[in-house]
Amino acid sequence: MKSKATTYVFLAAAIALYCLAKAAAVAVSAQPAPAARDIKIDNFTFGPAELTVPVGTTVMWANRDDIPHTVVSTDKAFKSKVLDTDEKFSFTFSTPGTFPYFCSIHPKMTGKVVVQK
Amino acid sequence: MSEHENNELRPEDNADGVDRRGFLKCMAWAGTGAFFQMEGGVLKSYSLSRMPRLERPSAGGLSFVQISDSHMGFNKAANPDVVSTLKAAIDKINALPARPEFMLHTGDISHLSKPEEFDTVDQILKSAGPKDVFFVPGEHDVLDDDGRQYLERYGKGTRGGGWYSFDAKGAHFIGLVNVLNLKAGGLGTLGAEQLAWLQDDVKHLKHSTPIVVFAHIPLWSVYPQWGWGTEDSAQALAALKKFGSVSVLNGHIHQTMQKVEGRVTFHTAASTAFPQPQPGTADSPGPMKVPADRLKAVLGITDVTYVRGTHSLAIVDSSLA
Repeated sequence: MKSKATTYVFLAAAIALYCLAKAAAVAVSAQPAPAARDIKIDNFTFGPAELTVPVGTTVMWANRDDIPHTVVSTDKAFKSKVLDTDEKFSFTFSTPGTFPYFCSIHPKMTGKVVVQK
Repeated sequence: MSEHENNELRPEDNADGVDRRGFLKCMAWAGTGAFFQMEGGVLKSYSLSRMPRLERPSAGGLSFVQISDSHMGFNKAANPDVVSTLKAAIDKINALPARPEFMLHTGDISHLSKPEEFDTVDQILKSAGPKDVFFVPGEHDVLDDDGRQYLERYGKGTRGGGWYSFDAKGAHFIGLVNVLNLKAGGLGTLGAEQLAWLQDDVKHLKHSTPIVVFAHIPLWSVYPQWGWGTEDSAQALAALKKFGSVSVLNGHIHQTMQKVEGRVTFHTAASTAFPQPQPGTADSPGPMKVPADRLKAVLGITDVTYVRGTHSLAIVDSSLA
């Protein structure tokens, strides 16, 4: 008997915690908290090559290649310094629009960030 | 006027303006001393570690070497010691039976355009027999500053982004820059200003003048999918159409390749730092890791000999092994 009661208490506590957590999650996502998104540079490719994000998102590019690369906006909205292996570059998109970019050292490498309201 | 100086197409010419006899003749002077294999219509010369020595040029002849892609500062698995392999290249040059007149360095001197990387290369090159080195920049030499540092170091007396020409024993050498202002999705670029300069530079030269063009990125379409080509190279070659002998020496692709197109021989040199894969044989053109005991076999120098009056220009690749 005793052990069964304990189980019920635990269950109730678990359900309560679950509900609390869910409420908290809803509360968080309702706020315009800017998320961070990653783009990997691997094998002379931006991955993903096309990324759609809400306004306010910070995008971070990380170079995983043995060769340096750059991240340069075609419309001059942003421009990284040269990124050696494992170096990173971040940019926060504060206006909506489509932002094509490329590696100015290896211009065949292209990508695009689509920023939505 | 020799056959090479006649620019007119004859009916028996094929689409590329070269008849079979002309092609074989050009092949003969292009191929002296090197091992060739035709693959997919592309003539390739392979590094030969123990090739028979060429006869040295007679008086009035010209001999020079090309080195490329030192990538000083690179320290990844494909070659953690690019200092040693550059030194090995210089030892190879110093061991040639006759001292070459000068050296060409076809770019990517440094890996990250850092001052200390350029300093290290300059220091190592001082131990080379040939004292004059003619440079053109690679894309790794013009990072972050549009080539300002490169121009300060190597660009004295050059035009624009660092292009120039000079004469040596009757041959006309042209150093071109195709690594600046690259456009998204594109290849190497020469640009209108440089092309106009080139037209003007060769205007007064005789058709029989041997022309040697050197630039970092290949001036022929080696493999555009990997960016191995130059957008406006056709315009540069059109400016050189009147000449009977044009040799184009490039780097960038870290392997030797050769192609003959009419009166033009295209050649790419090996790197002194690390090899890159053959076109399309890997996911990307990144550094290729080979077993340590194989590395020197895939790095190298290019030895070029020109005998005045015979239109012959012999290009021989030699590995560091």
